[in-house]
Amino acid sequence: MLNIEKVRQDFPVLHEPHHEATPLIYLDSAASSQKPIQVIEAMNDYYRSYNANVHRGIHKLSEAATAAYEDARVKLQKFINAPAAEEVILVRNATEGFNLLAYSWGGANLKPGDEVLITAMEHHANIVPWQLVCEQTGATLKHVPFTDEGMLDMEALNELLTEKTKMFSFTAISNVLGTINPVKELVAKAHAVGALAAVDGAQAVPHATVDVQDWNCDFMAFSSHKMCGPTGIGAIYGKAEHLNAMPPWMGGGDMIRRVTLEKSTYNDLPYKFEAGTPAIAEGIGLGAAVDYLNELGMDNVHAHEQAITSYALEAMSEVEGLRILGPQTAAERGGLVAFTLKGLHPHDIAQLLDDDGIAVRAGHHCAMPMHKIMGIGASARASFYVHTTTEEVDALVTSLNRAREVFRL
Amino acid sequence: MSGNLYREMILDLYENPLNHGELDPNTFSHEEDNPLCGDVIKIDVLLDENKKITDIKWSGDGCAISMASASLITDHVKGMTIDEVMALDGQDAVDLLGVSNLSMGRVKCATLPIKTLKAGASTIQ
Repeated sequence: MLNIEKVRQDFPVLHEPHHEATPLIYLDSAASSQKPIQVIEAMNDYYRSYNANVHRGIHKLSEAATAAYEDARVKLQKFINAPAAEEVILVRNATEGFNLLAYSWGGANLKPGDEVLITAMEHHANIVPWQLVCEQTGATLKHVPFTDEGMLDMEALNELLTEKTKMFSFTAISNVLGTINPVKELVAKAHAVGALAAVDGAQAVPHATVDVQDWNCDFMAFSSHKMCGPTGIGAIYGKAEHLNAMPPWMGGGDMIRRVTLEKSTYNDLPYKFEAGTPAIAEGIGLGAAVDYLNELGMDNVHAHEQAITSYALEAMSEVEGLRILGPQTAAERGGLVAFTLKGLHPHDIAQLLDDDGIAVRAGHHCAMPMHKIMGIGASARASFYVHTTTEEVDALVTSLNRAREVFRL
Repeated sequence: MSGNLYREMILDLYENPLNHGELDPNTFSHEEDNPLCGDVIKIDVLLDENKKITDIKWSGDGCAISMASASLITDHVKGMTIDEVMALDGQDAVDLLGVSNLSMGRVKCATLPIKTLKAGASTIQ
């Protein structure tokens, strides 16, 4: 069990005066989570006490910075249970992870006749890089549809996965429907036809125990800023056998072994994919975020979110005209609820909720194809995290009813 | 605070829009969207031989602000020449709405209809 009162004390932003009368009710963690003081202080400490470049210096400061930065990589490795720290490539975010994968692996391995398979419930980060690389290589991009209940259409998947499929890239948890996909089963299906499997873990790693060895996926990308960490850093895990065979993506310092003006040889993993001075403070901050989540216990985090989501699904269904997108039970979904409200555009909903100090997302949540399939232009989304209380969900419901009144519904 | 954002006039126009529909035949028809929120607006315009707007209709899907703005701007430009339309800007749309406290994000909602109209008009200039 999480001690919510104690957890809430860790997040300074929750205690800032944002509105005149109401405290902040932050229900937009799926877009970007708030940061606990431990993370903020870890980053400040680096800048204040041992700011220096990494992997370069002989001096004490550089050694301290390098140690802290590399320590964060090891923390991440353990957090997702990757076999080795060198298989955790630090990038800007999940989006950059997928671009690295598409350009490096895709550029070297895809050819006309090959197919890349994604799903219709992907974030743009796991759609557009594949569109770009398919256009360049002549490979074909296909997608698995989802059912009216918001689950992946497994019959269609069985048809679409063939020997032509070279990569199946899919999300572990949908950022709109909330659907939890059966990752292990999907990976096994991809491997059965000889395809590789890549997982978008952006909505999974922050909220539940993730074990890439149990999943047996070939790649998995995620972002720091959705898991109590800073922006500007994230990671892509890849099996060493694949990463070693892939060409570098970006060139520059740190990723080389030897450079002449004509040709270069490249560094070992993970540095082969990490050109230039990295986001050092952010890496250290991400390490602190992992410590923080470990301290809470990911099983506790998951249980809390399940309880809040279950409570929210019931409370929100009381609001007249409210349609919840995706699976209708908490057990089948992550800690977010996207919805529409008859007679009220999501933008107007978000604006009126903001008057009550409630922050939700409105729009297409970087998932335009999904909204088109469901026949809506946009939706509103409330998403929950370790500091969310049932009282905040009650306030959301009250505010939704008030928004309906303003619109004379 | 939203303050006067959702005042009677805007809500009335959201419920009972002006100049809503499509024009066929038309002199030009143009559609634009706001990729951030998914709002879509299409404006159909009929011009006379002096490039004066004789009829105009809009259709689309969006929030109360963009929909009210579409009603107001289409009403405002009736009888104007294309050159007069091209001289309008986003502030004119905000002024027609009569709201003073639009956030940066919501200004895009308010100005989508005028942007759509001008983009369409520029294709026949």
